Amino acid sequence: MSNASTPEERRERRMILLLLAPALIVVGLLLITPLVWMGWQSFRGPEGFTLAHYARFFTDTVYLSSFVQTFRIAFLVTIAAILIGYPIAYVAAKSQGIWPPIILGLVLLPFWTSVLVRAYAWLILLQRRGIVNTALTKAGVIDQPLILVNNEFGTVMATLHILLPFMVLPLYATMKKIPAELEMAGASLGGGGGLVFRSVFLPLSMPGVIAGSVLVFVLTLGFYITPELLGGGRTFLVSMLVSRNIEIYNEWGAASSISVVLLVMVFAIFRLASMIIPFERIMGTK
Amino acid sequence: MNIKFKTTALTALALCLAGPALAAEITFVSQGGAYQEAQTKAILDPVTEKTGITVKQDSSPDAWPVLRTQTATGKPIWDVIDTPTKDCIRGGEQGMIEKLDIANMPVVAAMPAELRNDWSVAYEFYSSVLAYNADAYGDNPPQSWADFWDVEKFPGTRALRNHPLATLEAALMADGVAPADMYPMDVDRAFKKLEEIKPHINVWWTSGAQSAQLLADGEVDMTMAWNGRVSAVKAEGAAVDFTYNQGILQYTSLCVLKGAPNRDTAMKFIDAAMSPEIQANFPEYIDYGPGNPAAYDTGKISAERAAEMPNSPDNAAKQVLNSAEWWSSPEGDKALERWAAFVQQ
Repeated sequence: MSNASTPEERRERRMILLLLAPALIVVGLLLITPLVWMGWQSFRGPEGFTLAHYARFFTDTVYLSSFVQTFRIAFLVTIAAILIGYPIAYVAAKSQGIWPPIILGLVLLPFWTSVLVRAYAWLILLQRRGIVNTALTKAGVIDQPLILVNNEFGTVMATLHILLPFMVLPLYATMKKIPAELEMAGASLGGGGGLVFRSVFLPLSMPGVIAGSVLVFVLTLGFYITPELLGGGRTFLVSMLVSRNIEIYNEWGAASSISVVLLVMVFAIFRLASMIIPFERIMGTK
Repeated sequence: MNIKFKTTALTALALCLAGPALAAEITFVSQGGAYQEAQTKAILDPVTEKTGITVKQDSSPDAWPVLRTQTATGKPIWDVIDTPTKDCIRGGEQGMIEKLDIANMPVVAAMPAELRNDWSVAYEFYSSVLAYNADAYGDNPPQSWADFWDVEKFPGTRALRNHPLATLEAALMADGVAPADMYPMDVDRAFKKLEEIKPHINVWWTSGAQSAQLLADGEVDMTMAWNGRVSAVKAEGAAVDFTYNQGILQYTSLCVLKGAPNRDTAMKFIDAAMSPEIQANFPEYIDYGPGNPAAYDTGKISAERAAEMPNSPDNAAKQVLNSAEWWSSPEGDKALERWAAFVQQ
């Protein structure tokens, strides 16, 4: 507990630092430096220091609506990921033998396909003369093809597909750690299946829900290719606002300021979430 | 000994003379892909043959940011770029583009004044046209932007480019503005007209490939698209067609980077590339028109082929010539800024 440390301890600390050095250099060079550079640029204009890039948040109506739309889509994707991901994780966690690896394997399988390929796959499935519309029309369910893509729906669908593993895996990890005895105890006290699930299993699985939600939500905030290809031009997210700003204002600072604001928001979300569950758990290291 | 000395001297002399000619090279930059390959055969190789200038090539889908970075260093490595005219003009105004050495460029000097400016000259033409699904409309396809706006008479799904350039022009034509009165544009009027059609637009496309795909897949029944993109999917057998009527004729231009390593050769290259004989090769390789209209008088372009070209005299007469000057002006910038707010709301 005292500040004085033995020579062995000091040597061990030096050793740890040395072992960490390559990672620290990579992170410093490839992550910290560009971030600082980006922050610096966001305050730079043709005549030196400026707040003009940030002032646009209050004057350009597109800024606000882009952020609102981005957060709305992130929210929708997260809710849908919980509704779909929870039952999958539950079944995987409760099943025996070869089933868990098969279920998790199926969840991960699309993960190994390029995001671009999956976006085009959704386009083919969902477009006006696509497989879904053709099947529904032939079956007599609908008269007119539904508009399923080139809008917010298509964007949410494809984003959800890409990010579902980020919900299922933390949920599965959390559920696996819930001792089966607790449910038995609940049942022995006379609780029915539904009651035991609601009052024992569900609360204990909440850390997994929060961890998965934070991951899915934050990752959606930065999506670019999917809304660009499937949004039909109407889903104009923050990432697209960044590229538009380079085109219109011809200044990296204009784009940097948006990235800085988004980054600060992401940090705030992590901070809020870490008040409920520790940060390490969100990232799945504990 | 004497003879040998003479030979050596002569060889040395010849090498000295040939030296500058061998060094006559430039770096030419275009947008890559099939478009740049076509140029290599139609323009670049013939220029080398004619002038002895070696043409090194590079490509960039959007030269503008690279242009800014290269000229900022003061030592650019590119010489000539083929880029949207707007970039040459705003680049020129911001000191990133050399002025054309027009006194030593007889071919360029002879071209119509509206196709050149201080910094650049029209190099190839394309057009933003009204394209449609041929099956959907049969014998009565839409033929004007007024038709495109008429959702009663021409039902069906629609797409427009997610960009104000050419789209605002189309809106004004739909509202009855004559091509001659197009510029300076009444931006408020254009956006007002666009609000009318907005609920009927299914997709605001962002890339040329996307526009062609939307049309070929039947996702939309009509769209604005670039003529070359439509004719390409039509050639593959898709039931699509387009009209040059009320098309918005646009062109890319050639310009030289400020401080280009081979500035003088670059000017010579441009003058040679713009010669009617060489420009007349364009239609042989790609569906884009020669920047120099005199190419249509050389007899090298057949009447059938001319009818397919965006800027042949007959087709050009049906269209409006896009004003790069207007689009690179502050009003043009404002229109661009206003666009995102319009599409999003």
